[in-house]
Amino acid sequence: MSSSWPLWEVFVRGKRGLNHVHVGSLHAPDAEMALRNARDVYTRRNEGVSIWVVPAAAITASSPDEKDPFFAPSGDKVYRHPTFYSIPEDVPHL
Amino acid sequence: MDLEAEFERAVSGEQRVEPRDWMPDGYRKTLIRQIAQHAHSEIIGMQPEGNWISRAPSLRRKAILLAKVQDEAGHGLYLYAATETLGADRGELTENLINGRQKYSSIFNYPTLSYADVGTIGWLVDGAAICNQVPLCRTSYGPYARAMIRICKEESFHQRQGYELLMTMMRGTDAQRAMVQESVDRFWWPSLMMFGPPDSESSNTEQSMKWRIKRNTNDELRQKFVDMTVPQAEKLGVTLPDPALKWNPERGHYDFGQPDWDEFWQVVGGNGPANAQRIAHRRKAHEDGEWVRAAAAAHAARRARREEGVA
Repeated sequence: MSSSWPLWEVFVRGKRGLNHVHVGSLHAPDAEMALRNARDVYTRRNEGVSIWVVPAAAITASSPDEKDPFFAPSGDKVYRHPTFYSIPEDVPHL
Repeated sequence: MDLEAEFERAVSGEQRVEPRDWMPDGYRKTLIRQIAQHAHSEIIGMQPEGNWISRAPSLRRKAILLAKVQDEAGHGLYLYAATETLGADRGELTENLINGRQKYSSIFNYPTLSYADVGTIGWLVDGAAICNQVPLCRTSYGPYARAMIRICKEESFHQRQGYELLMTMMRGTDAQRAMVQESVDRFWWPSLMMFGPPDSESSNTEQSMKWRIKRNTNDELRQKFVDMTVPQAEKLGVTLPDPALKWNPERGHYDFGQPDWDEFWQVVGGNGPANAQRIAHRRKAHEDGEWVRAAAAAHAARRARREEGVA
């Protein structure tokens, strides 16, 4: 059964200079087959120049339940954004 | 705030739901049912056209048809992957399909009798599928919406290759034109049935619209399809087999007749022309592939052991 094959998450780099982006998942018995299947399933129309496959079980994710406290530290730090600082309009190149 | 109220607020505010978010059981079940049915349709949908690959009239048509059928397999896989983010099991879904516990689109239970059917399926069947699917690119469940975006991009090729095939035949001999008309006559009504029963008889629509899973009713989408297709039929030079089809300037839409809904329910119930054949074929492909799946797993296990030994 294919369900006994592990699940792999697939990331594709669309072209050189861009990040790999998550595109979906698939089942495969090993990493090599996962790569080949990913090529056939996710890049039939030149969508990528590079593929990563990662065992889904190896991914650690933040939990949506704790999203408020988890991301809270950045919420009150408006001084991290350039718009926090007011500079007279006649100062050039800033 | 309780979880359900928070969820309802989020979806009605057009926020997307992602796999690990809390969601009502009914939402999860409805999505698994709908996406699995959609995935099964893509997989079964390979059969009516796959039937013609070895008999394509030219290498060009054969390459196109192969690419199209391969796309259907890909679409099935994107969608099965989306159901798995909801906790469904891939093997179980395949079992549900070949045991008849889950359905697929009734259109694929009609046989393909001539090569013109390859063109008609691209034009009408994929055209109807696009009408159904474009709004689903904005469905509330993130992985489903993302799969639909990929699918819609690819379906556009499917519809255009079909229309181009029919245009080519219409420029041919009288026999070829007759073959196109005969094919359109057979597929027109089943294509209209693809949008599902009339709104007054559709049991799932209301809740699905509330959850933003569905974005338009069956009748709205059917009307849209008819309005889009009539001018294409005129350009092509075929007659759509509906005496009631007529432009209604007051409504700004075409009026049209109702499909034979008794036939629709018969086909949904398993009594269509090709239901048994489609499922038997899928079951055989699955069972015949068992040794390949077992061999691949054995190879992977042996290599893993060897690499462990080296390390």
